[in-house]
Parts: sequence; C-alpha cells; structure tokens
Amino acid sequence: MVTMLGGVRGRTRWLLALLLLAVAGALIALALSWRPAIAPIAPPAPGSFAPEQVARGAMLAKLGDCAVCHTREGGRPLAGGRPLATPFGTLYSDNLTPDPETGIGNWSAAAFRRAMQDGVSRSGAHLYPALPYEHFTHVRDADLDALYAFLMTRRPVREAAPANRLIFPLGFRPLLAGWKLLFLHHGETPVDPMRSSEWNRGAYLVEGLGHCGGCHTPRNLAGGEIRSQAYAGGIAEGWRAPPLDTSNPAARTWTQEALVTYLRTGISPDHSAAAGPMGPVVESLSQVPEGEVRAIAAYIVSRMGGSPAAPIPPLPDHADAAARAFPEGAVLFAGACAGCHGPGAPMLGQGRPLLSLATVLRDTDPTSAAQAVLQGIEPPIAGRGPKMPGFADTLTDRQVAAVLGYLRARYTDQPDWKKLSAAVAKARKEGAQP
Amino acid sequence: MTFDRRQLLASGGLLVAFGMAGHGLAQLAGGGEGGAAPRPVRPDLPGSLKSNPVLDSWVHIAADGKITVFSGKAELGQGIRTALRQVAAEELDVPPTTIDLVTADTARTPDEGLTAGSHSMQDGGTAIANACANVRMLLTQAAAKRWGAAADTLSTNGKAQVTAPDGRMLGYGALAADLSLSVEAIPNAPRRDPRHYRTLGHDLPRIDLPAKLTGGAAYVQDLRLPGMLHARVVRGPSYGTRLARPQLDRARKMPGVVAVIENGRFAAVVAEKEWQAIQAMRVAQDSDYIRDLPPLPVEDGPHRLQKLPTREIQVLDTHDGAKPVWKTVRGSYSRPWYSHGSIGPSCAVALAKDGGLTLWSHSQGVFDMHRAVAELVGLAPEKVRCIHTPSAGCYGQNGADDVTAEAGLIAMALPGRPIRLQWMREQEFGWEPCGCGMVTRVEAAIGPDKRIAHWNYEVWSNSHNNRPVGAGGYAVAQEITPGFPAPPPKPIPMPEGDGDRNANPLYVFPNMDVRYHFVPEMPLRVSALRSLGAHLNVFTIESVLDELALAGGVDPLAFRLAHMQDERARAVMIEATNRFGWAKRPRGDGRRGCGMAFARYKNIGAYCAIAMEIEVERETGAIIVHRVQAAVDAGQPASPDGIRNQVEGGILQSLSWATREAVTYDATRRTSFDWGSYPILRFEEVPGSVAVHVMDRPGDPFLGAGETAQGPTSAALANAIADATGARLRDMPLTPEVVKAAIGLSG
Amino acid sequence: MTLSITVNGTRHQVDASPETPLLYVLRDDLGLNGAKYGCGLGQCGACTVQLDGKAVFSCVTPVSAVGDRPVRTVEGLGTIDRMSPLQQAFRDEQAAQCGYCIAGMIMRAQALLDADPHPDEAKIRAHMQTNLCRCGTHMRILRAIRRVAGVPNDGAGA
Ligand code: FES
Ligand code: FES
Repeated sequence: MVTMLGGVRGRTRWLLALLLLAVAGALIALALSWRPAIAPIAPPAPGSFAPEQVARGAMLAKLGDCAVCHTREGGRPLAGGRPLATPFGTLYSDNLTPDPETGIGNWSAAAFRRAMQDGVSRSGAHLYPALPYEHFTHVRDADLDALYAFLMTRRPVREAAPANRLIFPLGFRPLLAGWKLLFLHHGETPVDPMRSSEWNRGAYLVEGLGHCGGCHTPRNLAGGEIRSQAYAGGIAEGWRAPPLDTSNPAARTWTQEALVTYLRTGISPDHSAAAGPMGPVVESLSQVPEGEVRAIAAYIVSRMGGSPAAPIPPLPDHADAAARAFPEGAVLFAGACAGCHGPGAPMLGQGRPLLSLATVLRDTDPTSAAQAVLQGIEPPIAGRGPKMPGFADTLTDRQVAAVLGYLRARYTDQPDWKKLSAAVAKARKEGAQP
Repeated sequence: MTFDRRQLLASGGLLVAFGMAGHGLAQLAGGGEGGAAPRPVRPDLPGSLKSNPVLDSWVHIAADGKITVFSGKAELGQGIRTALRQVAAEELDVPPTTIDLVTADTARTPDEGLTAGSHSMQDGGTAIANACANVRMLLTQAAAKRWGAAADTLSTNGKAQVTAPDGRMLGYGALAADLSLSVEAIPNAPRRDPRHYRTLGHDLPRIDLPAKLTGGAAYVQDLRLPGMLHARVVRGPSYGTRLARPQLDRARKMPGVVAVIENGRFAAVVAEKEWQAIQAMRVAQDSDYIRDLPPLPVEDGPHRLQKLPTREIQVLDTHDGAKPVWKTVRGSYSRPWYSHGSIGPSCAVALAKDGGLTLWSHSQGVFDMHRAVAELVGLAPEKVRCIHTPSAGCYGQNGADDVTAEAGLIAMALPGRPIRLQWMREQEFGWEPCGCGMVTRVEAAIGPDKRIAHWNYEVWSNSHNNRPVGAGGYAVAQEITPGFPAPPPKPIPMPEGDGDRNANPLYVFPNMDVRYHFVPEMPLRVSALRSLGAHLNVFTIESVLDELALAGGVDPLAFRLAHMQDERARAVMIEATNRFGWAKRPRGDGRRGCGMAFARYKNIGAYCAIAMEIEVERETGAIIVHRVQAAVDAGQPASPDGIRNQVEGGILQSLSWATREAVTYDATRRTSFDWGSYPILRFEEVPGSVAVHVMDRPGDPFLGAGETAQGPTSAALANAIADATGARLRDMPLTPEVVKAAIGLSG
Repeated sequence: MTLSITVNGTRHQVDASPETPLLYVLRDDLGLNGAKYGCGLGQCGACTVQLDGKAVFSCVTPVSAVGDRPVRTVEGLGTIDRMSPLQQAFRDEQAAQCGYCIAGMIMRAQALLDADPHPDEAKIRAHMQTNLCRCGTHMRILRAIRRVAGVPNDGAGA
C-alpha cells in the first residue's frame, strides 16, 4: 500500500497547495531541518540477535506490511525498488536488507529508530512520508529493536533503488521538515484503562505499526492525515479505502469474529472479498498469530460502532426495477457477471457472499466498485481464494458505468451514483500501474 | 499378487528375473491397468497382438497403395498418433505421410483396452510394429513369388515399394491385391534394422498440432452435427450431494429449452443453443443441497485412511539375516486428494438412432464404455458404438466417462437429435473422481558400512482404479431409478499395482517389509490420476534415501548408485547428474539447494532421473525452481521430442502437485470448484529452465514415458528443499506456509 | 435479436440474445473453434481472443458489449497452410500437448507482441500469467514466444 503521497490525487490542486506551503515554510524548514548523520557501523553479525527477538521482529514486519512496499515486482523481498506513484512524481522504496552500501547494513539500532520515529535517514536526510512515520513514531522502542533485529538478520541484497523522480522543488528534502512540523506527532498511543487489554493492544497496532489510517483516513491538501476525521475513509492506489468509523457502509454490522475471518482469509461470509491494496494486507495478516488479528479487529470494530445485536435488515435484490432503470447494465451483468454472481452460479452455490453484501456497492463513492470491475480480484493468499477477472480491456468506461449503476440499483437501497462514466474513467487512469 | 524377493534372490538373477517377470505380466494384462482388458488369445505374440492377432485388424493396404493403420489407443494429447504412425511407417518402410491412422473406435479398431498407464507404446506401439513387420514380410514374400526370387534377396526402399537387386520394383498397392491380411501374425517377423531407421527415433512434428494451432476442429467439443442440441446436467455442488429443490419447472420455461430430462435424481436441461442450456441449468440449480453420503474427513485429511478398515497386501517380505544398525530414519509422508484439473471440462456427443447409440467420447476406455453404457441404457453392446474423440488432457479418469454416460442417457430420451453435453467447470471439479489422497510410513536403517540394513514400508491408499467396466461405475448410475450399485473397489495387482505402484524399490535393499494397506472405503470419490500411487511411493522412497545418505554422510547420488544394480537405472542417474553438473553443484546454503531423485515407473516402464536446483525465499516460504535436468530411458524412442514434451509436462505438473495443489472440502462438499480455490502452477512460477535428455536405445522395446517423471520430480524438489534449508518436508503440498513453518526465521 | 460484430475483419449478423458471451457466439453461431470453454469464469484463458487489440476472456464478454470493436481469433492469424509467425513458432517448438489451452495462449501472446514486439522474459511471463496450461507446456510456449520476440532461448530442452 502506498499510504501517504501515493494515495493523494488531484494533481493541480495539490501542486498549488504544496508550492504555497513550500514557499511559506521554506525558511523555517531550512532552519529546522538539519539533522546530523549517525555514524555508520559494521554490519552486526546475524548471530548477535536473540532468536526470539528476530521471530518477534518477523511478526511485527508482517503487521507493518514492510515487505509490501519494500519489494519490487519480481525482486527480492525487502530489497526495495518498488515504484510508488504519487501526484508529485515517482518514489522508489528503499532497500531494507543489511547490505552496507545499498541497504541498511551500516545502520545502528539508533539510526533505525530515528528513521521510524522521526523520518530521518542515517545520513541525516529527511525521508518522504511515503514511509508512514507519522504512525511508526508510536511504536515502542523494544518493538523497533525487534524489527531491526529481523531486518539485520536477512541476507543482504545488493540493489540500489532507482533515483526518485519528483517534480521541482520536491526533490529538495529539507522541505519535508515543514511537513513534519505540521503532521508528525510523536508520543505513545494512549492506553484506555476502561478498555480490555485486547482492545488496547489493537489500538497500539492499528495506530502504530499497522498504520491503517494511512489509507483509511482522509488527507488534507498537504497530504497529512486529517486527525479530526480519523478513519473516515481515504484513498489508496486509486481505490477507496472504506471508512472504519460509524459511517462504514457494510450491509451487515462488522463483528469482531467476521473481521478476524476477513483479515485472515480475505473474505467473510457476511461481507465481500478483500480487493486491491487490501489483498496484501490480508496476505500479511494471514501469517501473524490470530491473537494479534483479534486485537486489531476488536479495536476497529469498536471504532465502527454498530451493534451486532441490531435486527438484521433483509438484503435487497431489486432485479426488475434495476433492469428497468439500467437496461444495458442488466444485459451486461447477465453475460459478464451472472456466471459467477447470479443465482444458481457456482460462487453462490459455494456460499460466497451475495452482491447485496458488497461494501463497495454501498459506499457513497463508486471508486472501489469501479476498480473491482476494472482490475478484478486476485486471490490474496498464495494464489488461493476469491478470484475475479478484471474487465478493463473487455468493457468500456460507459459499459462499466452501466453495470455499476445496475448493481447499485439492484443490490442496494442507496441512491444512484452520479457521473459514473467519469468516475470510471478516473478510476481506470488512477489504477494504472506506475 | 505379491512378489517374494527371496526366491528371486535365491534364483541368482534378481533384477533380470524381476524385470522380465514384470514385463511379461504387464503384457499379459493386455490393455494395461484395470478396465476389462481384452482376453489374450495368442500369449506368444508381442503387445496387443496377444488379444488381436489377425493382421487386417491392424493394417489395410488398398489397391491404390493407400495405407490405413488401426489402433485401439487414443490420442490424449500425448502425441500417440504421431508416434504410432512413425512406428507403422518404419516397420512398413513407407513415408509416414502416406499412412492414415484410425484410433480407438469400437466399430473399427482392435480392442486394446484402456489408453492408460503408459501402455500405449508398450502394448499398442509394439503391436503395430510387429503387425507392420508381418505385413512387410508378407509383401516381400508376395513380390518374391511374382518374380520367382528368393525373399531374402529382396528389400524395401522406404517408398512403399519392394525392390530386387536387379532394380525391379513393385508397389505395395499392386502386391496387396494378391495378398490376404486376414491371417494371424507370427511372433518373429523380421523388424527393421535400427541402424537403418528412416522414421523411428526421428523428431517428427506432431500430426495433430497444425489444426490445434489454427482453430481447426480438433476436439469433441468442436463436433457440430446437424440438428445437434446442447445439454447441461443439473446437480448439487459435488459428488455425494443432490439439490433439495431443483427448479426444473422454471427451467422448462426458459428460452430455447427443448426438454428437461428427469430420471430419479438425475436431471438435465436440453436446449437449442449452448448458452440457453447454461442459462436454464443456472435457473434449475437455484436451490440448496443435501448430502447423501457420510461427511468428508475435514479433520484428518488423507490420514483418515489410516482409521478405516483395510485389506492387507504384503508386497515384499525378504529376510537376508539381521544386519547391524548404525542409524535409523523414520517418517510418515502424505499427499492430499488432487484434481485432474483438465483445462477443458469433460464433454461428449451422443446420438440415439435406429435402435443404436453412437457416442463421441474422450474416455480413455472406449471399449469398456460401449459395454458399460449399453448396460446403463439397456441396449445390447453391439448396438453401442463409441468413437474416441480428443479433448483437453485428462491425466487419468476425469469426468470423461461420466459425461458420456450422461449424454447417452439424454440421447436415449431424445432419439434422432445429437446431444452435446459438457460439464461446467465447477461440475468437473465437484464430480470427477479425484486422485487419491495417500499416506506412507517408513522405518529404515543403515549399517556401519553406510549401506541400508533393513527397510520397512507401509502405504495406505484407496483403489486408484474405479474405471467403469459396468453401468455401476458411472456416478449417474446411482442417481437414476432403477439404478446400478457401484461395484466394490479392487486394487490392481502387482507388478503394476495401484496404491502400491512403485512401493517395491528397484534398488537392492536387504530385509524388506513392504505392505499395502488397501482401504476400500473412499472418503472422496477417486480413480486413476497420472502415475497412481507411484507419485507418493517414489516421493517417499527417494526422500528417505536422501535422509539415509545424509545420516551416513554419503553423497545422495553415490548412495543411490551403491544400491542400484540395474545398468539402465544407473545410466539415467549418471546422465542426468552429469548434465546437471552435480559434482560442482552449489551446496545448500540456507537458500539455494539441489536435489535429485530417480524411479523406473512401475519398475517395468521408463527410467527417469531428475536433478534440480531451487531457491527458498525465506521471508515468504516461496520456492523458486531455477533449473531442472532430466534423463529418461524409454527404450527405443519413437520421437525423442515427443518424449521430451511429455516429460517436461510431467515435471511441471508434478511441481504443481507438490507445491500447491489440494482438493479442499468441508463436511458436506468439495470447496475446490474454480481456479481460485484450486490453484495450479502458472507462468511466473514455472522453472527457469527444464532440460530433458532422452537416452538413445536403438531397437529396444518401447517403454511408456508419460508418467515416469511424476514421482521423481516431487521427490527431487523435497530433496532440494532439504538440501537448501535442512528442513525435511513430508506432507504435500509444500506451500509457502508449510515451508516457512519448517524453516523458521533465520535469514 | 440480431447483432452485428466484426470478427477477423468480416462483419457478421448474428441472432443471439444480447447478453450471450462472445465465446458462444464465436463457437456456435460463427462455427469458429479457436476460443475454447475452459471455465466460463474468466479464470483460465482458454477462451482468450483479441478485442480491439487487447486480450480478453470471451467467456465473460457479452456480445452486445463488443459494438464496433474488432474481434480477432486464432483463425484470423493464419491458416494451416499459411501460419502467422507466432503460430509457426508454436509449431516449430512443438509447443502443445493436448493443445486445448493453445489458441488462448497464442491470442494472449499476440496481444503482447502487438503492443511490444520485443518484451523481455519477465514481461512475457507476467503477461501470460493469466492463462493456464494443465499439460505443463509452459516452457515450450515461452520458447515459442521468445522466438518471435527475438529473445534468445536458454538452451533448455536439448
Ligand atoms: S473459459 Fe474464459 S477464462 Fe476460462
Ligand atoms: S497443452 Fe494441454 S492444457 Fe495446455
């Protein structure tokens, strides 16, 4: 997941805002931006770390999804080089293996902690907030040390990331000090003594290493998470990350149980399948102890509010009305979708969720529904799981819009989406690989 | 049947005796494994000539010289048409393009039983070679008679002509006119000298490919008969279930629907167009389902077999005197149930007309089929004609038999209209017989001499052969009323074996106890899948050999060679490892590693050795196969490239089985129903390179090669993982999760 | 309902209900064998054809969605006597066993080669990832594509 800049779209608006910010903050930034280098060390011997610490670090690395951003297509895990498209240009993730020249082999634990908590490289350079240090800053030192132990015991891979390609003047890193001044808030996640230890564990993971808000919280013009709207839904790689607050649009209230199943398998019988950037999250979470996922789920479910005890509303299926309103969509659905999603089709026969349960269809914003149709769904875990073909090359924007209009009318009670063709066109453009 | 190795050892010629005994018996079986093989009437003749000794059932030569060769074996994508034509062309000494080949048609070709078990070249190829040698001999004799010359002064020239030393020539067409081929073959008609082969052993392009590459009609799916209707069956999600409330009345009203067939629990919709049939089927299937059979073994996986009643079969029991034990290894190995996973779901066309029934089927056993379907639909066997028509690769008994029987039932209800029935993807996954889940257990030891001291081996398996030989063998037979009971499952006797196939090591070990716990009760419906039990047995034996070699500090190749006396086995091991660069291979370093394995399929088929280099991505548990080198000895190769193609495919399929495949299920149904729930190997996961070397064995008997790579590939992979990481993985599939759990977290 | 589509350069009028997947129109109405039914779920690629130059699954392409966009099937590449370079490469490499997947493989690979005549190995594999072959013919399929792409083969299979 591109958590920070990658998700923010709307190039011109952004550009202006950022330039203003840059100019205004330039002087302050320059003054404040300077950080000393931390002396390089000889790479520590892998044997110098306790195995339990390494194991713990491995688990934390999964919770933090490190490998997702720090592995390029076809590349070695954690060796970086993955391009992250942003409205400001393309960033390449760094090599996290302990290669002294191209990776973090000569980083001390202190240097690693500073990078995670302050967003400053060992050399003293500011890091782009594509590394979500505004979340990682909440991670406790012991956990950072475990992560460090895990990373430093990987096999070094010698591979330098390509140079970032950013628009002027964003290649000038001291500007980032200004950004941090506004958006980087240090300090531990507060403990709520009224809540269970599971919930508090969840809060620590979600707010910190898990950096869920990186996608699920909307951002302001300068790309900072809007703290007052935490978990009100955001944008990731051209997909919409649904709100994880009381405005979550799910048809069935999320229970902790359902969310655990979803986070560990990519699908829950009462909710649709994980798609887009959520797939890799599921893949990671399928590999951490269930207790950690239960904690995450406990925290998120509490933020979504909703009472599972509330009466379950019947699931809408207005086939006839939808066909009258969207005749073309109905035809396209019958030929392209019903073979899996229609009555008597294999997916439903196998107990896969009805489309009436698909959160993306109930969202106020059609972006993710459009992306699911355009890009399809790849099974999240080792190639096994829900699989759906993408229709980007099969259907035109107008046709996808017709299908979406029909789906929304048939499977939800929500008002029609407006300007669907344009939304599909936008989704197609933003979903394209960098 | 069991082998007493002691007696064979006492006879002083273990390997020769064993090999010959095996070979002879295999040929006696006539058609191969299982099925109602044709009865041998001339046991002295080679291959399928045993049961069909008359020459004109194999070869016709028309007066204009047109040659037609008949084979009871079927093209399954293995290239058999091309190989058989090469065999015929060589022994008739004619250009291959002049031969028309007719395959597996109950009205036209000899009954050669099943096309299975890598028997096509062994039985069918051998029969055609000898039949054609007989015909060439008769043609030469006919020419000798005409010219008043001695037959042994005449020869053939590769152009369908007999030639005399003085330059006279006579074409086969002219000679055939005064020749009757309705005579029985003799066992020793002179074969062509391998040194002068013109066709055999050469890489001929496959005959069937041009049509397949350009959209020609190549498959049963492509048959379009006049007036043909399209049918779909209406079913629950998988074998053992039925729909609680099939919506047949709604289906009847759908556009294009011509008929809804109901017979007991069996239901099908028939429509003018294929898409209409599918739509009607969907409507009819809009129902929940009920399971009629006992629950599926969710908790135990294949180990469920160890809890079921067994019939004990002692495969080997040898006593050479106790040997001192230095180090012992123990382990239990398993594989899950697999799907055949044909890319094309099974399909058949059936036409009931004039009191008879014609079936176009891609079954591997059209001869059994014409009897079994006749019983199912209540016709005399001679009223049912079954024509093999190619389809997607089946790799054993997939849905082909069932779908044909069902098409036959539907056609009988709608006489005069050809019925094309194709199963849907999910029906193929849900209803086909699976490849058996299996479990093995081994305890073996080496002595201080670093040689094996004893070998105790057990295998648990269902029958791998539930091919229909009577009506009861079809799933639909238990759905219709009155129905036919399913026949009790039977093991295939050694030397072919089924669950115990290749459980008898070809290596020379002392003090062997090898048992087959045959489990009649089938938790999942199962039948033949490429290589049957050999896959897990070879996986087990070859894994244990590496463990013992490691325990003894001996190189795995040297350890194997020290226990192998069969020269051809030694030769393929040496060839594969030399080409691989075994001696200079990168040593296991936590990530990279190399492994090898060997087997002779069934101990009577082709020899195959595999070496591979892999890498384990420790962070993810993913296995990257960098390169695979195989060496195969299949006797005289008809087309070496045909063998390479088969073995390459076997290697990739075996890698797919070993690394990711498993039929999933809950208590009531299979939950593998699509390619997301049953993933197979894809392009980004196939090896960096695969090289197959085919040994040159001029004139040696054909040994089928289609299944020989399945066991050694999976075993070489496990050995390479162990070499790379030190972790010995025993339960397939070796998914990233399994690998990661086994190797821990060190970088 | 009568619809018109252009397949391999020829305009056809077909009588089919508008949702009918293109696969069935090609096979049953136009009598073309190339595209195969493998899953009907858009998961295997046996039905792959080109729509407006892009490789698509014809089993989940409603015929009415085709509109004016040209459809190309394996029959449109070449004939038995005059194969296209890619078909010829498949023949030269004997890149098929049962062959059921092959027409789809050719059409998907052709779409790549049309867009990028010289893709590298990683790009070829990534592009072909969607299409399944159960016979395990992948190595030969890759060789055939490399042949046309001008990527040197690795010498495997000797
Ligand atoms: S048949 Fe279309 S993708 Fe499988
Ligand atoms: S060649 Fe048989 S599926 Fe590919």
